[in-house]
Amino acid sequence: MQFFLTLKRSKLVWPLVALACLLLFNLFFTPNFFRLEMKEGHLYGNLIDILKNSSPIMLLAIGLTLVIATRGIDISVGSVVAISAGVVAVLIGGDFAGVPNMPIFAAMAAAVAVATLAGMWNGLLVSRVGMQPIIATLILFVAGRGIAMVLTNAQIIWLYNKEFFFVGSGYWLGLPFPIFLVAAVLAVTAVVTRRTSIGLFIEAVGINPKATRFSGINAKNILFWVYAFSGFCAGIAGLIVCANVKSADGNNAGNLFELDAILAVVLGGTSLNGGKFSLVGSIIGALIIQTLTTTIYAFNIAPEISQVVKAMVVYAVSLLQSPKFRARMAGLWVRKAVVHE
Amino acid sequence: MNKPRGIDPRHLPLLATIGLFIVMFGGGSLAFPGFFTLQNFLNLFIDNAYLLILGVGMTFVIVSGGIDLSVGSVLALSTLVGASLVEKAHMNPLLAIGIVLCLGTVLGLFMGYLIQEFELPPFIITLAGLYLARGLCYVVSLETIAVKDPTFTAMAGFQIPIGPDAFLTTGAGIAVIVVLAGWAVSRYSSFGRTVFAVGGNEQSALLMGLPVHRTKILIYAVSGFCSALAGVVFTFYTLSGYALDGKGMELDTIASVVIGGTLLTGGVGSIFGTMFGVFVYGSIQVLIMFQGTLNSWWTRIAIGLLVCAFCLLQRFFESGKRRPSVKVQAPSLAQTP
Repeated sequence: MQFFLTLKRSKLVWPLVALACLLLFNLFFTPNFFRLEMKEGHLYGNLIDILKNSSPIMLLAIGLTLVIATRGIDISVGSVVAISAGVVAVLIGGDFAGVPNMPIFAAMAAAVAVATLAGMWNGLLVSRVGMQPIIATLILFVAGRGIAMVLTNAQIIWLYNKEFFFVGSGYWLGLPFPIFLVAAVLAVTAVVTRRTSIGLFIEAVGINPKATRFSGINAKNILFWVYAFSGFCAGIAGLIVCANVKSADGNNAGNLFELDAILAVVLGGTSLNGGKFSLVGSIIGALIIQTLTTTIYAFNIAPEISQVVKAMVVYAVSLLQSPKFRARMAGLWVRKAVVHE
Repeated sequence: MNKPRGIDPRHLPLLATIGLFIVMFGGGSLAFPGFFTLQNFLNLFIDNAYLLILGVGMTFVIVSGGIDLSVGSVLALSTLVGASLVEKAHMNPLLAIGIVLCLGTVLGLFMGYLIQEFELPPFIITLAGLYLARGLCYVVSLETIAVKDPTFTAMAGFQIPIGPDAFLTTGAGIAVIVVLAGWAVSRYSSFGRTVFAVGGNEQSALLMGLPVHRTKILIYAVSGFCSALAGVVFTFYTLSGYALDGKGMELDTIASVVIGGTLLTGGVGSIFGTMFGVFVYGSIQVLIMFQGTLNSWWTRIAIGLLVCAFCLLQRFFESGKRRPSVKVQAPSLAQTP
């Protein structure tokens, strides 16, 4: 009983219910949805695919959760993914034999560093200049894709380096490697925000920046590093995307990712008005989106049409989160009950 | 009103935009032969007609303190619905355009209703609208639909002569009318004044007894209508409908509006500012085209830098005067009878 009460009060209950409903639907209507196969020591199956394919969005969602908790938004993440993919592709080079121009680790570190710098630029504009987050990140959103295209000389760079592909499509302990990357980032973020007071500070900034400053917390620095971290996450996501499609396409890499990632955070129960945040919720949100997409694939519907379903889900979730809508629904119910008497 | 004489600092970003446009166009004229022609100027209207129309709708939304991310997708949906009605259902083009405009307005009304009635964030609701409209595009058709209907192509190809050797297309003509109408509505109608009042301070607007609720829903309907009309003009321009039309256009539009001096916090902005914002956007494209060696992707970088510069400028003027009363800036609201 106590468990259910805790669960009911937990913010995770609605996202979990949504995910459970989707999985239940698949249990009945999609044959073999839950089948897992072991081939050459690697696990295959729809569930594994969902985990693997949602990993870039999960990474972005982790970064965005913190940004949104400060009552901010970062719409540049998709473009930063493209920049990161562009940098790593240019540094590794499109040699047919797969010989990299420079050590792969150095190239990847450079790409993530550039992405973090991009995040710092956002952070600078938001925390020091005092721009509205949506505008500050709009700048990089617009310019970022241009930068990515200029980096790759407006061409798609194809990569042939097998070792680099491991980041996107490799397997480790029978599971796709990107999952471990997400798990690592999630674990570090969770420890840093929940075991230290940083998480509390972030929430405080989102609830009342002025009061936070008066209580002696350097709100500006918190804001700055939160955006930098979002850039860092986007950088890693860029590596995965680039390795997965074995190319860097400045135009399409990370396209509309910002929207999916924001959607994941909102579905996960973190309010766009800042304050309390839930990292696990955002991960569940990303899983909901990917499960939805996979379900639609399974039904042989054109994947693009999944956007209509996504939109409906957003409307439903937003309405459920709206106190006014809840009150009205409750009002309907009560009125009906009275009539029945 | 004891207003100080001279230039109102609120208008400085707008003046900066106009100045920038003049410098860019003038610079281009000096650098490239054949740049300084009436037609090259009119081409700004012709090539950016759809952006002008989107910008007018977006200006209302942003001045009210909201945002509409769905405009690009609604534009795409309009091109596709229009093209398929004309080409596949063989409908009268005018009737098809009417249906498209209704569709856009209804979509806008729907989003406005959700935002206002249930106090939902405009950002999320119009983001979902972006998905919805883009997804519906693919429901209509996965492929490009070319428009070959003779009436429609005649309408699209009609040229309005302006002076010697210069003309405007139908689409550009519509854009000019929309800009003028948008300006008139924003300055002289009670709707337009309410929009400014709401953006300046919603609480005060409510206390003044202004129809805040109705206006805020209508704003999104106006933006939806503008997006649909921009879709029609875009179909005139490309003579086809395609589901990927207008990808990322919502942010181009927001960028133009910001460059035009409209504050994203709401309450301050002008339709003519947006027009010059679009001109600056268009001039960058033309300059890069004339220059010839630069990758066209530099346009995006240049736009990003410009948005950055203008936001910094706005911040500069805002921090210059920290009076709270400055927020209420409905034009001539005090003289409303």
